[in-house]
Amino acid sequence: MSSVSSDSHTWNLVFLQLLLEEMGHEVINVGSCVPDELLIEECRRVQPDLVVVSSVNGHGALDGARAIRRLREQQDLRDLRVVIGGKLGVRGAEAGTYGPELMAAGFDAVFEDAAGVAEFRRYLAQSAIPALEPSAA
Amino acid sequence: MSALTAASTGSTAPLGPFAEAVAAAGRAGELVVQPRMGFADVPRMRQGLHAVKAARARTVGTLTIDSYTRVGDNESARRALIEGTDLNGYPIVAHGPATTRDLTSALMGDGFAVQVRHGSANPIGIIQALLDAGLDATEGGPISYCLPYSRTPIRHSVEAWARTCELLASRPGTHLESFGGCMLGQLCPPGLLVALSVLEGIFFKQYGLRSISLSYAQQTHHVQDVEALLALRTLAGEHLAGLDWHVVLYTYMGVFPRTTGGALGLLRDSARLAALTGTERMIVKTPAEAHRIPTIEDNIHALEEASAAAAAYRGQSPVVSDEFGVLGEARALVEAVLEIHPDTGRALTEAFRRGILDVPYCLHADNAQRSRSYIDGRGSLQWHTTGSMPIPALLAPGRAQLRADDLLGMLSYTQESFDRAALVAGDQRDGTAALPA
Repeated sequence: MSSVSSDSHTWNLVFLQLLLEEMGHEVINVGSCVPDELLIEECRRVQPDLVVVSSVNGHGALDGARAIRRLREQQDLRDLRVVIGGKLGVRGAEAGTYGPELMAAGFDAVFEDAAGVAEFRRYLAQSAIPALEPSAA
Repeated sequence: MSALTAASTGSTAPLGPFAEAVAAAGRAGELVVQPRMGFADVPRMRQGLHAVKAARARTVGTLTIDSYTRVGDNESARRALIEGTDLNGYPIVAHGPATTRDLTSALMGDGFAVQVRHGSANPIGIIQALLDAGLDATEGGPISYCLPYSRTPIRHSVEAWARTCELLASRPGTHLESFGGCMLGQLCPPGLLVALSVLEGIFFKQYGLRSISLSYAQQTHHVQDVEALLALRTLAGEHLAGLDWHVVLYTYMGVFPRTTGGALGLLRDSARLAALTGTERMIVKTPAEAHRIPTIEDNIHALEEASAAAAAYRGQSPVVSDEFGVLGEARALVEAVLEIHPDTGRALTEAFRRGILDVPYCLHADNAQRSRSYIDGRGSLQWHTTGSMPIPALLAPGRAQLRADDLLGMLSYTQESFDRAALVAGDQRDGTAALPA
């Protein structure tokens, strides 16, 4: 779990951590305002099965695209699964989708705005990402 | 003054424009209302400030700084200005002091002033820029602008804010607001919010500030909020004696109602809370909040709505209770921290290291992360666990562990209550619809 460099919001990160843990995943929450270098460093250190980038401040499309390009420049992180979601632009849903440009920049999936949470749950359920024993209800 | 502690008039130093604007409104018995507003484009920013000044309400203006400038990435802010990319605020450092002075100087006076709002854990550059531009007021604090918004270690933030306070205090009449009563916007129980705001106020005083405001963000329960605001005044009276001080209330900062009726209901509720508790200033939210970044018109409408709602309750007294024990909790926390060390900065740093202060749901590495809160059956905020804080928890029945959906329910509790009330009242307008002029 990580935010992007300029985004200080954390409720999205707290929620997604609880959600991922309930689905049986172990979560390292890097938190808000994560510089690109730190994200790369943490990916190397943790070697996660999935990197979830979440942003809601409106700079997500800009910062996310830059971060993923830098991350994909690293030989060892080229095949790491990285997805992004949230409120990614300053103009809200009216601006249309940032999906294609973010996919082209190197993300494996993009989940935009509120509807993205349900899509993200489905994506996780369908993915072959290894989960720990599901937590007790 | 019955249950209300009057703001201090003990200060002999002349007030700057911002503190004077608030004091003058206080003398007139009027609530000062203030928007959040920041545009990268100077003509649009100018238009916004003019509109705020001209609103049918007692107002002060705001320059909200963009998030690149907040994290010290002035290069990205400059590039965005050159390329014409959207920013989410006014890049005060990239624009430079001459531009900002030109923007604000003609507006100042006649009871109008401008506060710079930024959110930076290391704001020296922003503070220098606002002083160079002739401005006198800003906000933040070593904890409130570190824990929720940055990766900066608390001890570095304390050091940066000590220098920031000294720089601000070197200019007579400057005003600093603690953002400590707004931690994470929602789900922080009031006792801790009040304690943090008071502790930051004491920190500002230690580093030379003579004009201070303490904040509190509206939470989930009116009577509990009344208790909190009165507790804040009581503790400010005890710890900031001899200074100029006032209290600022923030309209609910969490997930906002989606309907126009629900959003305006919540806004009016906060204005009522301010009026009943003798709160001097209030930062408003707009019905657009749940959908998009508010326009200038959205803000003006909210300012006028809040001002009118507050005026309707002027002179009335709140129901004073101790049902929630907010003053006792806040006092216990403040005293436990001040006992640690005579230097408030060191005391705050050590308090977080030991978990004597522990903000629920805060992911910062220096926060103990052993406290959790919940909304109880009355709709008030309670502690689920308090970790090492010297205050008791009241475990939520049948809720040993908090799940993602529980958290979502609590985050949207206020939104749903006010939307439901609006729908029952027959107001089904969506906040995205055009607002009445």
